[in-house]
Amino acid sequence: MIQSQPTAATQAMASHIDPETATSDLAIRTQKLDLWYGTFQALSQIDLNIKNGIITSMIGPSGCGKSTFLRSVNRINERLGYVRIKGTIEVFDKDIYDQDVELVQLRKQIGMVFQRPNPLPASIRDNILYGHRLHYSGKRLSRTEQDSIVEDALRQVLLWDKVKDKLNKRATGLSLEEQQKLCIARLLPVQPQILLMDEPCSALDPKGTAAVEELIWELRGKYTILIVTHNMAQARRASEECIFMLMGKVVEHTPTDQLFVTPRHKETADYIEGRYG
Amino acid sequence: MEMFSESILNRKNKRTQTLFRTLFMLMTLLLILPVLIILGTLIYKGGSIISVDFLFTDPIKGMTAGGIFPALFGTVWLVAVALMVSVPLGVAAAIYLSEYAPNNWFTRAINLAIINLAGVPSIVHALFGVGAFVIFFGFGTSILSASLTLAIMTLPVVIVATKESLQAVPEAFREACWNMGATRWQTIRRVVLPNAVSGILTGVILEVSRTTGETAPIMFTGAAFFLPFLPQSVFDQTMAMSLHLFVVSTQVPGVPNALPYGVALVLIAMVLLMNSISIAFRMHLRGKKKW
Repeated sequence: MIQSQPTAATQAMASHIDPETATSDLAIRTQKLDLWYGTFQALSQIDLNIKNGIITSMIGPSGCGKSTFLRSVNRINERLGYVRIKGTIEVFDKDIYDQDVELVQLRKQIGMVFQRPNPLPASIRDNILYGHRLHYSGKRLSRTEQDSIVEDALRQVLLWDKVKDKLNKRATGLSLEEQQKLCIARLLPVQPQILLMDEPCSALDPKGTAAVEELIWELRGKYTILIVTHNMAQARRASEECIFMLMGKVVEHTPTDQLFVTPRHKETADYIEGRYG
Repeated sequence: MEMFSESILNRKNKRTQTLFRTLFMLMTLLLILPVLIILGTLIYKGGSIISVDFLFTDPIKGMTAGGIFPALFGTVWLVAVALMVSVPLGVAAAIYLSEYAPNNWFTRAINLAIINLAGVPSIVHALFGVGAFVIFFGFGTSILSASLTLAIMTLPVVIVATKESLQAVPEAFREACWNMGATRWQTIRRVVLPNAVSGILTGVILEVSRTTGETAPIMFTGAAFFLPFLPQSVFDQTMAMSLHLFVVSTQVPGVPNALPYGVALVLIAMVLLMNSISIAFRMHLRGKKKW
């Protein structure tokens, strides 16, 4: 069914969200979310309210379901045929499993960054313009307009000064840190609302990690960021709220400071003190 | 006794090691031996007859003298028409199988059918060609019938080569595109195909070299024993190199010894040329891509 009346959610999606005037202060909201891979239940009864415009981190031991959760939010999981979902996932008050949700639009609004940087085997410039070209149906942009899109995206990820002289070089020739920044930059020209990051620093060395963390912090407020990480120090440094998951369940979701200083649950305390994980 | 000096066991192991390495090396050399012998014999016995005239004049005196131009021309025709059919069909099928098809029993059945198609003897393809194209579709014995038969026979090669090169494109590229909201087709066109094209072309050129040498499938469907004129359209019969070689070696009395060897040499040179182009092309494209 195609709705003729624009709903609050579609209006919110139509323009860039300003946290002050947003119709909803929640970016992602799940209710009683269960997910199975075949017969294995990876998520059970997840009720999460992830706030708009802030950085939320997800921590927990391997296999606790944090990446699975992330991959449900842009529905990339369903590519695996054996995934089953119960409950609801709402993004800006719209159930993303509704019949009238267009997957291409959903993924335009929700960008994703992977563990290993995956730039396309093309020039830096083409990498940035790729998403824009996919979603832009108007008249062909002039060279200068394209250049300003590229510059704007690269400036946002603090990469412009390093690569401005080699925009036509292959993106795969950059260092891993630069590649990862490029992968973030490439999402920005289509103005996504939400950035999902699945351990974005795990392939980087400490210096690269610090640089990408700095960038994530820089993007705070402009985008809603949900970041999965193994690195507790990173969660602590680079997020405002933190979610601790264990065995497919959410144990605790509080402001980051509070979670690390005064965890409410024994499991959380055990995990952040390194007793397992 | 020295701590690091050679023991009896070491010596024994080394001897065995040398033995096996030599054995495997000899086996490898044995592989290229037939190729060298064939090429050597052909050049030795047929090299003298090769000339520009030989390539570009008609056979004369009941095919016991003169050149091979109609056969050479016919083979190029046959291969070109076969390619025009099998490449679009094969590449499209491979894209479907590799990028779109769900992993279910139907897809598996199709893949199995392709493997089996590759295993069908060429003479059976020939009979199929006679039944389907010559008689049922009424194309008669013509270049069209022969090329369609060749196309069907080599289709599995194109499909398998294309599928393999598509699957060699890292999944991360596809994920990157899908996550930006690209459709499957946008992903294939902008990212997958450009990165797979070297492998696809290699498969196509290999197919060309195979098609060039086939005899059985064209014997009953479009290749002529002897034609004093060149084909004017795809509905004409034509001479072909492979059949011509068969004819001058076994069917015509009084052929000078060098003639069949000359024909064989030209045929194998065509195939080797195609293969070298394929290899050079692949190296060129590989050098350009980096990931």
